[in-house]
Amino acid sequence: MNYARKVFAIVWKDIVAELRTKEMFSAMFVFAVLTVVIFNFAFDLRVSGERVRQVAPGALWVAFAFSGVLGLNRAFVLERDRGCLEGLLLAPVDHTAIYFGKMLSTLIFMLAVETFMLPVFTAFFGVSLFDGRLVLVALLGTLGFAGVGTVLSAMTAQTRAREVLLPILLLPVAAPVLIAAVKATAGILDGLPIDELRLWLTLLVGFDVLFPAVAFMTFDYVVKE
Amino acid sequence: MKKNDCLPLLLTVSSSLLILLGLYLALAGAPDANLKSETGRLAQRIIYFHIATAWVGFLAFFVTFVAGAVYLRTQRRQWDIAALASAEIGTVFMLGVLVSGSIWARPAWGVWWVWDERLTISLVQFLIYVGYLMLRGSVEDPARRARFAAVYGVVAFVSVPVNFVAIRLWRTQHPLVFGVDGGGLSPNMMFAFFFCLIAFSLWYVTLMWHRIRLERLRDQVDELKLRLV
Repeated sequence: MNYARKVFAIVWKDIVAELRTKEMFSAMFVFAVLTVVIFNFAFDLRVSGERVRQVAPGALWVAFAFSGVLGLNRAFVLERDRGCLEGLLLAPVDHTAIYFGKMLSTLIFMLAVETFMLPVFTAFFGVSLFDGRLVLVALLGTLGFAGVGTVLSAMTAQTRAREVLLPILLLPVAAPVLIAAVKATAGILDGLPIDELRLWLTLLVGFDVLFPAVAFMTFDYVVKE
Repeated sequence: MKKNDCLPLLLTVSSSLLILLGLYLALAGAPDANLKSETGRLAQRIIYFHIATAWVGFLAFFVTFVAGAVYLRTQRRQWDIAALASAEIGTVFMLGVLVSGSIWARPAWGVWWVWDERLTISLVQFLIYVGYLMLRGSVEDPARRARFAAVYGVVAFVSVPVNFVAIRLWRTQHPLVFGVDGGGLSPNMMFAFFFCLIAFSLWYVTLMWHRIRLERLRDQVDELKLRLV
């Protein structure tokens, strides 16, 4: 089997497991909806009418990021539960294939949640999110988040604090993704031409290349015994 | 006194003296800044210690990153100890930066905090330090703890410049409400400034020395305990 097929096998395993249990997707989706609902409560007290537009991108990305943390946590805690991680590590694959497989499956789950969130968000915030460019921003932002999150999740799943630790480690490191993604989303909602968003998109692409590369180099140290 | 006790003693005494001298220079030796208000002139004197603290805060994280990376290559305990010592010292200094910056910002800008690029990056850096130490506290096995900490040190260190770029771009999109008076430093102020920088760097080395020594002693105690059991 070549490298890509090994990665795909891990992604496929995660998707099949998810299709059978529907545990992760439902938890992530419900949590994302709840985040948006809570934001509506919070903002409705101070922000009204047209100004909702200004806070919408932030609320959207906080919902994506928090539900992403939930998904990332499950990605490796699930593997730890019945010694699945050991089984995976014993498989005749390069450890980095596990990283890319896990990252891709997290990415797919997060993107699925985000797809379902779009109509919900559009309804709640009265801001239309159906824009092709937004797909690009969501893809780049989520890729960066999952890219650095997967290696940290593999680490925190093996610690005593487990779920608690991941957001504490991840959010400061992933801050550039959130800043760039919120800025780009806001630009799109404000109807700016794509040229003016180039700066933020470049930053996202840079993050998406840099962090998987760092994770690629260090992942071995995270999973080996 | 044993011979290898001399150097730490020398370091401790000399860095203490230098810090005291630096304090004198910062409070009395350096000339007044060219500012209109009395409070502003007084408050401005904090920069000698504030910037020196920030320098150590970021330097310490660089040391943590290098020591962590070397640990991953060599798997030798001494590098993990160096990374740990530097991270702990850096956390305290970074907190010092945030506190001294806030104390200065109040009279200078009229508020305790603004989301200025330097303030924000310092806060993010402090939170990274806290995360690093919490990660260490949450892993039992020493070898695994060292490996995880080193990996996080590398990942977080790479994120610092990216964070800096992102925060800088984000902030410069808006005009700064509170400008930092970039008047520059006169030669006399420069002297006090670099003096404090050197004094704080030496202080950092001293603290590193003591912290590393402490950790080694702790290792020895653990070993002795194991032998007794």
